[in-house]
Amino acid sequence: MALLVTNKVIKDQWHILEDDAQIDGGDNMIVSVERWQRDRDDLIACNRDLGIVLKSDQPPNLIEKDIQRFSVICLEFPKFTDGRAYSYARLLRNKYGFKGELRAVGNVLRDQLAFMLRCGIDAFEIADNVNARDWSSAFGEITVRYQGANDIANIVRPNIIPPHNDVAGNWSY
Amino acid sequence: MYRYDEFDHTIVQERVDQFRDQVSRRVSGELTEEEFRPLRLMNGLYLQLHAYMLRVAIPYGTLSSKQIRMLAHIARRYDRGYGHFTTRQNIQYNWPKLEDVPDLLADLASVEMHAIQTSGNCIRNVTADAYAGVADDELEDSRIYAEIIRQWSTLHPEFSFLPRKFKIAVSGAPTDRAAVRFHDIGLQMRQNIRGEVGFEVLVGGGQGRTPIIAETIRDFLPKQDLLSYLEAILRVYNMLGRRDNIYKARIKILVKETGRDKFAALVEEEWNRIRGGALDLHKDEINRIRSYFAPPLYELTPEPDTDYQIARRADRDFDRWCASNVVSNKQPGYGIVNISLKPAGMAPGDATADQMDVLADLAETYSFDELRVTHKQNIVLGHVRLVGLHALWQQLDAAGLATANIGLASDIIACPGLDYCNLANARSIPVAQRISERFANPDQLARIGALRINISGCINACGHHHVGDIGILGVDRRGEEFYQITLGGDPTENVAIGEVIGPAFSYDDVVDAVETIIATYETIRTIDETFAQTWRRVGVTPFKEKLYGPARH
Repeated sequence: MALLVTNKVIKDQWHILEDDAQIDGGDNMIVSVERWQRDRDDLIACNRDLGIVLKSDQPPNLIEKDIQRFSVICLEFPKFTDGRAYSYARLLRNKYGFKGELRAVGNVLRDQLAFMLRCGIDAFEIADNVNARDWSSAFGEITVRYQGANDIANIVRPNIIPPHNDVAGNWSY
Repeated sequence: MYRYDEFDHTIVQERVDQFRDQVSRRVSGELTEEEFRPLRLMNGLYLQLHAYMLRVAIPYGTLSSKQIRMLAHIARRYDRGYGHFTTRQNIQYNWPKLEDVPDLLADLASVEMHAIQTSGNCIRNVTADAYAGVADDELEDSRIYAEIIRQWSTLHPEFSFLPRKFKIAVSGAPTDRAAVRFHDIGLQMRQNIRGEVGFEVLVGGGQGRTPIIAETIRDFLPKQDLLSYLEAILRVYNMLGRRDNIYKARIKILVKETGRDKFAALVEEEWNRIRGGALDLHKDEINRIRSYFAPPLYELTPEPDTDYQIARRADRDFDRWCASNVVSNKQPGYGIVNISLKPAGMAPGDATADQMDVLADLAETYSFDELRVTHKQNIVLGHVRLVGLHALWQQLDAAGLATANIGLASDIIACPGLDYCNLANARSIPVAQRISERFANPDQLARIGALRINISGCINACGHHHVGDIGILGVDRRGEEFYQITLGGDPTENVAIGEVIGPAFSYDDVVDAVETIIATYETIRTIDETFAQTWRRVGVTPFKEKLYGPARH
């Protein structure tokens, strides 16, 4: 899988630590919620950068107390029609103040990227064979927004706040 | 009415370009039908029995003459010369070709229209009282808030892949003409004890296979909190709504399974976290939108309406039409004119391109350039001077649009049914046509009085059979069409879900059954008693005995 971050395809620096695999001491492990709940103390004791995967039926409150321990939170979209993680992303950014990487994994499609970005997701795991430039252009297809989300705070109207036309790579929380 | 600024134009135009690209990727095979499906659905494009069907949004049902002329143009150019107005105040075209749809959408965009979110599991076109802004009983024009919600919900990044479709209706008047109790969210304007206007928030209503009356989760919501409260409801639903079973995915099931109080508590908790923030609706913004819905420049010096009175006395047909189709506007000297799209023997809600052009001309001449589509699938001219009413009626009559049956037995709501829809079990339109032919006599219609007959071709209930005085549901029985009848439904503030009266009737017998029910009602009603009142007083037995014979013991 390729990783699309700020309009570029980059090499993924993280690896998944399977639930039954030994904690290998390697860097940048991504674990499941189940593994985290089981081996929380051991994982913390490793003193490594950690990531976690929230499946679509695992809302962020499951890891509420530990959110700041993670550098990456992966949000799984088992099917693109399962939109729960859009709300999880917004909660992670707004309610829990998560500043690390929010990564969309699973059935991530080009036509959902802009929605994901607007909800605070900033990394996208995509198939290796896709044309990254074409996919990046999906961020800029709709340049105006009727509602605030994670990218902009307010309902943006030209006569209230100046038009806001930024695309991927130029957002803030 | 609302006019697009550059901002709105940009969004709609970009959306057209985006969809053009999606269609070309589908045609080239880059997108599979499964991947294309949610994209076309978010642009209102369904695959039906015979062809694609495109549903075009008419926000809160309001149209300008220019816009309905474009709808006529689209009917001629991309369809077969007609369109179908729906119970959610939209219009559907039944025969567009996929490759034409981007051009069709570009034509729509040129008159500030689109098909965004008219299907798919997202927030659908927001509906409102068709008499908004002109009704003499309203607190405020509900279209102001419907427009605010339209903007907020358009291409909402968080709520475009909900468990299921999501429908919001707004009523600004105590008389509910928007069926707010049968929507996922119903907003009923209320005044609090301090005299401030806000919303009673109702959640979890709907028809379909599980008809449920919405429950109130907040008695009074200040206007400024409208969007943050909606966001809280949608967020709770998006995270907790069922996704394992399409038939249990609507918010009504979540509210029922969670319990109203617990659901309300979850919403309030989330709302308390986000209220007062970015989604706060400022007075300036409300006033900015309100200015678009300012009343037209009514003639303030009342002309004596003697001509109108004389014409009513002299012309019996005109008088009858006035009695059934015209109600009073809050502006003295003006009326609200309902134009029936239900002439005897025709498909309810259909209008030909030529009729749409006539409607455009008449709206221009008689009603400040504005029309509304009603959830009963008719058209309203909201601001017609009584002085000009007779002339208007004559022109409507010449165009075959002067049927005097608003609210009467032949003003039938019907879904497209098996003639068009791939979900249907039975035909709806021919049943509506046969009933309207049976009750075509104006004297008979007037004698029967107000009556709602609603017909759905399957349990999805697009024809609102649950809320008809007489509801008719098409079912399939071993390959044969049968029709189950329910009685006593009511979509208004007196809300009720109809009760099944007994075994279903065949296609041939169903119209006789309806006639029997109506005859029974006429026999047992007291003076001025509505069908609903009679039903509540006598219950099922007299109707059942007439339809099926005396009960055997």
